[in-house]
Amino acid sequence: MSDNLQQFVDLLPQLGEGILVTLQLTLGGAVLALLVAFTLGFGSRAHTRWARVPSRVVVEFFRGTSLVVQIFWLYYVLPLPPFYVELDPLACGILALGLNYGAYASEVVRGSINSVAKGQWEAAIALDLSPVHRLRRVIMPQAWPLMIPMFTNLLIQLVKGSALAAYISLHDLNFFTNELRERTSDTIFSYTVGLLCYFVVAYLLTLAMNALEVRAKNRLGTGPTLREVLRLAPVQTTADVGAGGPAPAATTASKGGDRDG
Amino acid sequence: MPENDTTPAIEFQGVVKRFGDNVVLDGLDFTVAQGDRVTLIGPSGSGKTTILRLLMTLEEANEGLILIDGDPYTHEMRGGKRVAIPDKRRSLVRRRVGMVFQQFNLFPNMTVLENIIEAPIHVLGKSKAEATTIAEALLDKVGLAEKRDERPTKLSGGQQQRVAIARALAMEPEILLLDEVTSALDPELVADVLGVLRNIAETTDITMLIVTHEMQFAREVSNRVLMFDKGKIIEEADPETIFTSPTHERTQEFLRAVL
Amino acid sequence: MDETSAWSWEHAAAVLPDLLEGLQITVLATVVGMVIASVLGLVVAMVRRSGLRVVTIPVGFLVEFIRSTPLLVQLVFANLLFTQFPSLTIGCVVLGVHYATYMSEVYRAGIDAVPKGQWEAAVALDLPRSRTWGAVVLPQAIRNTLPGLGNYAVSMFKETPFLFAIAVVEMYTAAQQYGADTFRYMEAITMAGLLFLLVSYPTSLLVRRLENRLA
Ligand SMILES: Nc1ncnc2c1ncn2[C@@H]1O[C@H](COP(=O)(O)OP(=O)(O)OP(=O)(O)O)[C@@H](O)[C@H]1O
Ligand SMILES: [Mg+2]
Repeated sequence: MSDNLQQFVDLLPQLGEGILVTLQLTLGGAVLALLVAFTLGFGSRAHTRWARVPSRVVVEFFRGTSLVVQIFWLYYVLPLPPFYVELDPLACGILALGLNYGAYASEVVRGSINSVAKGQWEAAIALDLSPVHRLRRVIMPQAWPLMIPMFTNLLIQLVKGSALAAYISLHDLNFFTNELRERTSDTIFSYTVGLLCYFVVAYLLTLAMNALEVRAKNRLGTGPTLREVLRLAPVQTTADVGAGGPAPAATTASKGGDRDG
Repeated sequence: MPENDTTPAIEFQGVVKRFGDNVVLDGLDFTVAQGDRVTLIGPSGSGKTTILRLLMTLEEANEGLILIDGDPYTHEMRGGKRVAIPDKRRSLVRRRVGMVFQQFNLFPNMTVLENIIEAPIHVLGKSKAEATTIAEALLDKVGLAEKRDERPTKLSGGQQQRVAIARALAMEPEILLLDEVTSALDPELVADVLGVLRNIAETTDITMLIVTHEMQFAREVSNRVLMFDKGKIIEEADPETIFTSPTHERTQEFLRAVL
Repeated sequence: MDETSAWSWEHAAAVLPDLLEGLQITVLATVVGMVIASVLGLVVAMVRRSGLRVVTIPVGFLVEFIRSTPLLVQLVFANLLFTQFPSLTIGCVVLGVHYATYMSEVYRAGIDAVPKGQWEAAVALDLPRSRTWGAVVLPQAIRNTLPGLGNYAVSMFKETPFLFAIAVVEMYTAAQQYGADTFRYMEAITMAGLLFLLVSYPTSLLVRRLENRLA
């Protein structure tokens, strides 16, 4: 066991690199996913058919084909004729993660916007606020806190999905885990270490997202401030900000999408 | 702006509104003069809310025209054809119309004051200082000056509705639409809201279109009552007449049921 | 790359039987995994409700742990650990356990949605614990969970290629070693994607309709 630890310490620089690559994939993918989500989410609720239909098709396409297929396609097929597009592996990973989870997240965006009370839209129209203004100042501030918990779930899914990167020659956390196993020849030790690293990354991201959620809810006037929550005073709402561990990492994208009737 | 005092504030010309096969308004004609206080009464489903929503562009008529101060609103006749007016132009007319909703619909992400000054600043282009001064005067008028920095969610229903009234008034509308604004309130909170509305009726010359089940209030505030049934006006008169000696049988029935 | 590596319908057709077989296995893995997930998820949900901290805390941690770490890494781990079992069996079990952690949340929500009055009525009638669960709570809770179940079945189906990801990479490496043309990954991967779309899209439509029906 002390041998294992020695190997582990020796490999610490690689571990740092692996975590860095996983984080790059996660954050890059998340930013792209967010862009995709809002573009397709708004596109899906557009009035004009030529914006709505393509958005729906793209969403269904990326949701319908698997992430594995998408990432492999980008990496193994795209460099071939007739495409001849050779992407950097990191770009491949970010692109696949961003498009795939962006498609799911667009359903969250659409669903959350649709679930803001109809009266809010009507009041904004009655005050003659312009369509952009309605969305920016009235609807989005109310839809955003609804989106965050579902985005949190998707973000954890994205971290987990990023493990595929090891198969497109990236030296991420998954790759490191395998490396550690080859060095120590101890499967249980190295995979426990690897999984724990993933767990810690997911846990920290969840904490950050929960903080974001508390803040958004507080801005909406429906929750305590972040400071109140962190003080760990017995505030009633701590239960629903998820004090214990990552929130359910479910495919809640569909939950978001189903809010609209 | 009113061209002259005889141009009606609101005019419906043969307005038809259908929801699927359900014809809610079937060729409705009526006018509301400048400064009139008109109460719409009638059984549930007779189309009262629909009329107000048409006036707020929350619904769109299938046929006919709606004029505000003589100006076409959502549709106009051009070369003998009825064509829709684009939203940019509608918005200029819509600015003259304000509405208070049954469910208040205050924006929860803004404070009371922010709710009131949002549209005057961003739609009317008022400065923040000016909008705030006006908003504070209005809050004073509805008796909620000390709540200006509260969140709407922290207020009672009656207080929320009074803020909503102030918010609508801050846009300085010529026409105010009130759709059962006390129906969602606990009975003991109704009086405050009606008091505020009475005060507005006395101190301004805003044209008001009121849907309410508070017959006593309707009697005090309005100068005209329209009785609706199945999307048609079946009787209209001043409140005294309609509440004491209605002529139409349906009106008699309706008033017996609600009074 | 030479000309022969352009898209070829012949190769696409040739790879189809293999893919269809893969599809069969995928469906099988989804079904078996779903059965494991449904049963295990319910057990976990009930255990976590027991209120026995000695049990709920470790189980809770394990659930969070499995749920927030990659299925792919778990699959490889299990494959390395239990070399004596066929990898398809391991795949089904790992898939089932992973999704059981999701399902347990669905069940928990479903159980929470059963009105408190139902529990109180069961106490008032002096029903034994087993009857309270079996005859009163679960029948109502399960109905609440059906839509969630359907959604997870679809998303599980889309994750089964993780089972093959490992094999695909091996094939790819082999292909590179033995000259490019033995494995036509262009057609294979593209066709695999289309096949997925073909199966999973109608399925999700079906699930959505089912949901609307139940709602
Ligand atoms: N969005 C809609 N879709 C379909 N039908 C509608 C819609 N809105 C209103 N209706 C129908 O239009 C008719 C008139 O409705 P409206 O709300 O105008 O009645 P009302 O006079 O305000 O009734 P109440 O006193 O109950 O408020 C009703 O039959 C109603 O079912
Ligand atoms: Mg109504």
